[in-house]
Amino acid sequence: MATKMTGAQIIVEALKREGVDIIFGYPGGAVIDIYDELYRTPEIKHVLVRHEQGATHAADGLARSTGKVGVCLVTSGPGATNTVTGIATAYMDSIPLVVLTGQVPTKLIGNDAFQEVDITGITRPCTKHNFLVKRVEDLAWTLKAAFHIARTGRPGPVLVDLPKDVQQAKTEFVWPEEIKLRSYNPVYEPHRKQVEKAYRLLEASTRPVLLVGGGVISSGAHEEVRELAELLHLPVTMTLMGLGGFPGTHEYSLGMLGMHGTYYANMAVANSDLIIAVGARFDDRVTGKVDAFAPMAKIVHIDIDPTSIQKNVRVDVPIVGDCKRALARLLEVIREVGRPAKLWKEQFKEWWEQIDIWKRRYPLSYKQDSEHIKPQFVIEKLYELTKGEAIVATEVGQNQMWTAQFYKFDRPRTLLSSGGLGTMGYGFPASIGAQMAHPDKLVLDIAGDGSIQMNIQEMATAMDQKLPIKVIILNNGYLGMVRQWQELFYDRRYSAVQFATIPDFVKLADAYGAVGLRATKPEEVEPVLKKALETNSLVLVDIHIAPEEGVFPMVPAGRATTEMILV
Amino acid sequence: MEKKHTLSVLVENTPGALARIVGLFSGRGFNIDSLCVAETLDPTLSHLTLVTHGDDMIIEQIIKQLRRLIDVYKVVDVTEEGEFVEREMALIKVRAEKETRAEVLRMCDIFRCKVVDVSPKTYTVEVTGTESKIEAVIELLRPLGIKELVRTGLVAMRREKKTL
Ligand SMILES: Cc1cc2nc3c(=O)[nH]c(=O)nc-3n(C[C@H](O)[C@H](O)[C@H](O)COP(=O)(O)OP(=O)(O)OC[C@H]3O[C@@H](n4cnc5c(N)ncnc54)[C@H](O)[C@@H]3O)c2cc1C
Ligand SMILES: Cc1ncc(C[n+]2csc(CCOP(=O)(O)OP(=O)(O)O)c2C)c(N)n1
Ligand SMILES: [Mg+2]
Repeated sequence: MATKMTGAQIIVEALKREGVDIIFGYPGGAVIDIYDELYRTPEIKHVLVRHEQGATHAADGLARSTGKVGVCLVTSGPGATNTVTGIATAYMDSIPLVVLTGQVPTKLIGNDAFQEVDITGITRPCTKHNFLVKRVEDLAWTLKAAFHIARTGRPGPVLVDLPKDVQQAKTEFVWPEEIKLRSYNPVYEPHRKQVEKAYRLLEASTRPVLLVGGGVISSGAHEEVRELAELLHLPVTMTLMGLGGFPGTHEYSLGMLGMHGTYYANMAVANSDLIIAVGARFDDRVTGKVDAFAPMAKIVHIDIDPTSIQKNVRVDVPIVGDCKRALARLLEVIREVGRPAKLWKEQFKEWWEQIDIWKRRYPLSYKQDSEHIKPQFVIEKLYELTKGEAIVATEVGQNQMWTAQFYKFDRPRTLLSSGGLGTMGYGFPASIGAQMAHPDKLVLDIAGDGSIQMNIQEMATAMDQKLPIKVIILNNGYLGMVRQWQELFYDRRYSAVQFATIPDFVKLADAYGAVGLRATKPEEVEPVLKKALETNSLVLVDIHIAPEEGVFPMVPAGRATTEMILV
Repeated sequence: MEKKHTLSVLVENTPGALARIVGLFSGRGFNIDSLCVAETLDPTLSHLTLVTHGDDMIIEQIIKQLRRLIDVYKVVDVTEEGEFVEREMALIKVRAEKETRAEVLRMCDIFRCKVVDVSPKTYTVEVTGTESKIEAVIELLRPLGIKELVRTGLVAMRREKKTL
């Protein structure tokens, strides 16, 4: 007979079996038994953060940069509620997480016990699924199911609430070989008929655009995207979440579309007769005013989640399935038909001529300034100095958009950014997760002076782990993105967008034992960035940028994407 | 165009499953006109009859969103599936004093309602039928004075195909 294990032992064993080697967490009374087990488990590296929100974003950063499931562990009550923003962030961007929360003993649940909170109730709308484990016999299965649900289909966060008595109770450990859920069977294989329909639309099209979204990253379909684009000579545009799903430096790349997308990407989409959307969910930042979105286009929409299809825009050919498989099938059909490459090229020749006119008319640009540092210039320099090879996390706001526009992401899983929820404070802890998973890679957090202060406490975590992350603060002295809206749409009434007190970031770095650097003039940018990149430690670079620089192009909210405000 | 739809939903009989469904409707701004839940022959599954309304795109979203829930096993749009039977029950406590006692009974007779509780001043009437029948009875009893009204919400079932 197998020996019995405690719930806490089962939890740690389950993590090992799932191949988890790094978790992020913060202890407390309700998880002390699990921490006791971790004490004896050197195979799992536990990263002690400074705030549970940081743990969730770090797990998320690990997940986005590796494709694995990110894991965090927190105590009941306030520990659990502190994870909510991180969970919602992962949920909106379809990132696989398993969040383990301690809970009061089962007999106390519902009694307003000390540090009790109904965390499954609170997180129901922002998790893919969640569980409250009431019997130790259910524990192993539930944990395996949690990982299974988090990583399959449309990925997402799964929370498992673990009452203290369940952690202490004993049972035999039975690890299920596989998880079968009659009510959950994501469809990976697309319908051949639908794929053929998509092909026929391509053959009939003269102005197609390939729209790459976050699903391409999560399914690892970047090779197929590239093959399709190159085979057919298709222009490719990406959502914020799709950046890196197709090389940003490729001659067929139009860059990002949408509210802060390029002029030519938005013009191409608006005038297209066919959009092949792959793993993109037609967010309102992408479509602008929906009625005016790509009025002449037929839409083929590949998505593993049927709810994404036909949610915001009407779709002509829905293809439910995994991006990678669907594109592979489409490529098969293309090869079977065997139309010569020359024909495709000719078919889209005029279209490309038109796109090139748009590209020349309004390339991505900004006005240089000899006095003020331009943020776009900083990103360009960073791109140049890192040869585009860094993993780049961003905060939220203008810093995020300048990064999306001016750092050319060539590979998937190299941009870590909170798109759907737009969580300020995401980037820095996410960069910690990424650097933990990629000790030999260069990891940057491109930050704003506002956002960085939302999880600044994690500097201590980064120092603990000796992580050489480079935090580049584009310090405009404003909550810049909000200020930009106030400038453009509220008659420059700058309400509550300037802090009276901003810490001295160089001294702050020093206080944590990190390295602080500063640039205030354009000519200082390059040497300071070089110095930062050469420093083998956490570096905070405070770059004073032109305070009222805006992000352009910009489509005002609720307007057609062709109504762009240009530089 | 807005239309009423009756959905038949099978869900895992687990804690939280119902909360997920109800939360989905409130969180996404969908409407629930009525909701009826009970165990099925298989005790691991619960059955829900849910009446909602919306245009085609909304109804499509509602059904897809329901299917997306990990606990939801099956969703059938009974309204779209062709013929179905639907029934609702109501208990109506109506004033029944000297002048109206006979009147109430007569109506019960016409609509095949049952009197399930009697007091000196009231009758409690049980009525079963389609929504429109229930509403008709309520309208007729209203002038007599309805003291209390409880409705179950609709349950529905597809008709078996009558192929010979
Ligand atoms: C300040 C700010 C400004 C922004 N401006 C812009 C902007 O200008 N342009 C822009 O594009 N975004 C912008 N965003 C981001 C925007 O809010 C959305 O997050 C983003 O557009 C969504 O990207 P997506 O459509 O690729 O979807 P994601 O959220 O990445 O969703 C992925 C989709 O792929 C599907 N999927 C997942 N896995 C698979 C699989 N294996 N196979 C098939 N399908 C799969 C999912 O079901 C989902 O539908 C901005 C955000 C912020 C905070
Ligand atoms: C947690 C959170 N609170 C508020 C907002 C709203 N918001 C979006 S961008 C922004 C300003 C960000 O300022 P900063 O970090 O300095 O970046 P900048 O835009 O100046 O580059 C704010 C307040 C948000 N996205 N997240
Ligand atoms: Mg700022």
